[in-house]
Amino acid sequence: MAEAMDTAREAGRPDSQAGARFEQLVMPHLDAAYNLARWLVRNQHDAEDIVQEAYLRAFRFFGGYHGGDARAWLLKIVRNTSYTFLEKRRPGELAEEFDEKIHVPERDTTDVETALVQSVETRMLQDALAELPVNFREALVLRELEGMSYKEIAEIMDVPMGTVMSSLARGRAKLRELLLQGRGKEGLRGLR
Amino acid sequence: MVCDDNARWLHGYLDGELDLVRSLEIEEHLKTCPECSQELRRHQTLRKAFRSSALYERAPRGLEARIRASLANEAGGVEAATADAGGEVRPPTDAKVVSMPISPRRVALNWIAIAAAVLLAAFIGWRLIPRSDNYTRGELTAQEIVASHIRSLQPGHLMDVQSTDQHTVKPWFNGRLDFAPNVKDFAEQGYPLVGGRLDYVTSRSVAALVYQRRQHLINLYEWPEESSSDQAVRAVSLQGYNMLIWRRGGIYYCAVSDLNPSELREFSQMMQQ
Repeated sequence: MAEAMDTAREAGRPDSQAGARFEQLVMPHLDAAYNLARWLVRNQHDAEDIVQEAYLRAFRFFGGYHGGDARAWLLKIVRNTSYTFLEKRRPGELAEEFDEKIHVPERDTTDVETALVQSVETRMLQDALAELPVNFREALVLRELEGMSYKEIAEIMDVPMGTVMSSLARGRAKLRELLLQGRGKEGLRGLR
Repeated sequence: MVCDDNARWLHGYLDGELDLVRSLEIEEHLKTCPECSQELRRHQTLRKAFRSSALYERAPRGLEARIRASLANEAGGVEAATADAGGEVRPPTDAKVVSMPISPRRVALNWIAIAAAVLLAAFIGWRLIPRSDNYTRGELTAQEIVASHIRSLQPGHLMDVQSTDQHTVKPWFNGRLDFAPNVKDFAEQGYPLVGGRLDYVTSRSVAALVYQRRQHLINLYEWPEESSSDQAVRAVSLQGYNMLIWRRGGIYYCAVSDLNPSELREFSQMMQQ
């Protein structure tokens, strides 16, 4: 056993330094990679395949990583891998148009609305987020779940920072609208 | 509606992504606009729901092992290829290793050994670091500047270069900053320059110039800002200190002091001439 390990270590020598760096910088962000892929493709098995593929790409292109935030670097690869997957398998999701008109509820319902959002359950939020068009979902996941800055998000999504802000504004408005609708359905179901 | 324009910026404000001047503008607008304040509160509530819920999808068990195996396979393939290309002669006992890709399991064991400790450390670190997004960058900047001002008043912190000569102070910054700060002396007007130092505010190095008015000290912070249209002076008061902020010629200026507002304004006017 010890011999086997030694042999492997010796054989691994040319790459051992890069391997250790990869281990230290990239491997810790596995959860972040999975979280993003999972939210982009909305399915566990596809997300797992995508993360595996992304890690393989990251490993191959690790020579092209010249410092900076390793998490953002990895997430960009995960993002691109996810989009390639969606383009091939589910092009419909990328073409999804978002209704530009945001139906903000009447002002006099504001207190009710605040109460609703306060009592929002995880599952409702999950459903609503999953329903958003992919680019708004992506911006929200990176901002709210990963806590990334606009600059990092812009880098990952390959858009200007102003677009990040608009995506978040529109995504959040849409999310609220969906939550309110969802709560309405729940209420109906409860009555039946 | 005026608020239409602010609605988008409200998100930048909520996310702490606005520059100091813009976030002060939004703050001022919020004071007079109950609708936008309500909107902001709703988004803050939504954010809380986001943070407190279990939306974060952690990698399932087994995925890490799968990835390690595929990476080991990849690494093994590369090495076998390298060894072949290099024509490296290996002892016969190693023949198996060269002739076929290294067993992923062996290398995986190796990887896992190194990784376990690293992952554990990373995990502990992650658990210990609080996620602190509860303030906006605008507040943060103003607070940082006041904190820096207070810190500078402690013994030995005020100046790196002590001189009443602007021609000594200005060159001192050469090579210490990525821009040339504007240094003036107003000794004749009763606001002598007493020195300068390098400080760190808003996540960057800034020039801090120290002026004196009777017993009061004024810290004047300067740093460049890329999107640089000029902005008129605005006044903020925080923790009993008066601050004046303006932007001119691509540089942000922020004067902080316990000096009374009218004299501080006089100082800022001289600085702008």
